[in-house]
Amino acid sequence: MIINVARKELKSLFASPMGWIILSILMFGFGTLYLQGVNSYFEVMSGAVRPAERVGVTIFVGSKIYSTALFLLSVTTPMLTMRLISEERKSQTMPFLLSAPISLSEIVIGKFLGLVVFLSILVIYIFIMLSTLNIWADIDFGYLIGNSFGFILLVASFTALGIFFSSLTNQPIIAAITTFIALVSMVGLGSYFASDPSHWFNYISMTKHYQSFTRGVFDSSDIIYYLLFIVTFLTLTVRRLDSDRLRG
Amino acid sequence: MKIENTIVASGLTKSFGKNIAVNDVSFQLKKGEVLGFLGPNGAGKSTTMRMLTGNLAPTNGDVKICGIDIISEPKKAKALIGYLPEMRPLYKELTVNEYLTIAARFHKVPSSKIKKALEAAKERCGLSHMSKRLIENLSNGYQQRVGIAQAIIHNPEIVILDEPTVGLDPIQIREIRKLIRDIGKQHSVIISTHILPEVEMVCDRVQIIDNGQLVFHGSIEDLKAQRKGNKLLVGLSKAPPMSKLKKIKGIDKIEKVENGMFRLHFKEKYLPAEEIVSLSVKEGWGLYHINMDITSLEETFVNLTQTS
Repeated sequence: MIINVARKELKSLFASPMGWIILSILMFGFGTLYLQGVNSYFEVMSGAVRPAERVGVTIFVGSKIYSTALFLLSVTTPMLTMRLISEERKSQTMPFLLSAPISLSEIVIGKFLGLVVFLSILVIYIFIMLSTLNIWADIDFGYLIGNSFGFILLVASFTALGIFFSSLTNQPIIAAITTFIALVSMVGLGSYFASDPSHWFNYISMTKHYQSFTRGVFDSSDIIYYLLFIVTFLTLTVRRLDSDRLRG
Repeated sequence: MKIENTIVASGLTKSFGKNIAVNDVSFQLKKGEVLGFLGPNGAGKSTTMRMLTGNLAPTNGDVKICGIDIISEPKKAKALIGYLPEMRPLYKELTVNEYLTIAARFHKVPSSKIKKALEAAKERCGLSHMSKRLIENLSNGYQQRVGIAQAIIHNPEIVILDEPTVGLDPIQIREIRKLIRDIGKQHSVIISTHILPEVEMVCDRVQIIDNGQLVFHGSIEDLKAQRKGNKLLVGLSKAPPMSKLKKIKGIDKIEKVENGMFRLHFKEKYLPAEEIVSLSVKEGWGLYHINMDITSLEETFVNLTQTS
């Protein structure tokens, strides 16, 4: 049943121009960054940098793309998550799901997975794009895999947060804006307390936990952080929908 | 064991804060019966339907769908219901086929049978030639049919349609009514409406709800019986004085109606028609019209909903 809900979500994402436009614009952006990155790699690394500070092409191009993707996704995810519940409420299609023999958690998890799969297309695209560097260089696949894995967790957390804000309101725009604010503060939290790395705010910042993945380290505490984050917001969403059913 | 009642609702109550929308409504739906839910706007029809379909939890009371409690076993119970809410839950960016496929999957139609179920539902709703059209581009009437098709795709025991003919043109209304009667042959159906003739045409049994309370409950014949008053409408071209008419045996009260007609209220079981005719002949009153005065369904409805 979860799969059917996810399939429905994907179907309606691709049935409207919205999904295609977001994918194509983001891919165009990443493609441009990739080309620029490869070009400037030669300029930057051709002697101006001391040998000790030189980095490989994977990290040089990759870090640029991944950090931009992080920013771009915190803008685009709210536009996609607002559809999940807010828009269904607004167009009065919620009863279609609620009267079917599907439980609330199945609906929420299905919707969540549908969007995560959609956003994973981008992660896979970036992975494939960066892998093409391997044709003429010997690249660091560990770095790519670590980043891709971390990125999927990050995107899933964005989605979980977004679906929760989507469940709070009937107005898709409000859902998008509140999600955006929440995401930006979660992502930016770390930079406000950069001078004090041991501050607990740093610890709950999303980007802080992403950093170990960028070095290719799979730290279980980071994975647990993301999983807890996702489970918390999905549970809150289910609770919220359940209270709608109870109170009307 | 054969279950006679497909829906048993007992003591359904729903309050929104201090406002009681539905108050202690109990009823049964029998197998293969079309039940009409009648009531003025805001009477609690839609709220009741939302509770029956598990979209809304009742404050009190319970609903059993074919013996299964919708609150404790919602999945099992919901699988037996097809529901079309008042606002059609259509994904307008999809085509008819895509939408109905999703509906079939959600209602656990096995994938090998989806195609067949789709064809059957489209055929019944007259949608076969619209399969590949976007729902957005369909006319109002066809969108309504898609809504109904979505409700019957999994061949449910019970079909619940909330105001299925609202906003349609007369021809579409006739077609949808025919469709509802058709569905009623195989499933139990509940429809809600505030159009009285519709109930008369489509339903086997009627339930009138007003201010959240059930004010009438019975067959169409019962409803018709309600409106037969002890009244005669008599037209006399050379009417005698009222006092003379009043002397006829059994007459209770006389009202003058427009264009020289009289409405005679008479006592139970004293039908004075024959006497009026013979008197009229004898005294030359010029009788040109005599008929039982039947109040319209509208009046009955108004009476029922205002006395409560």
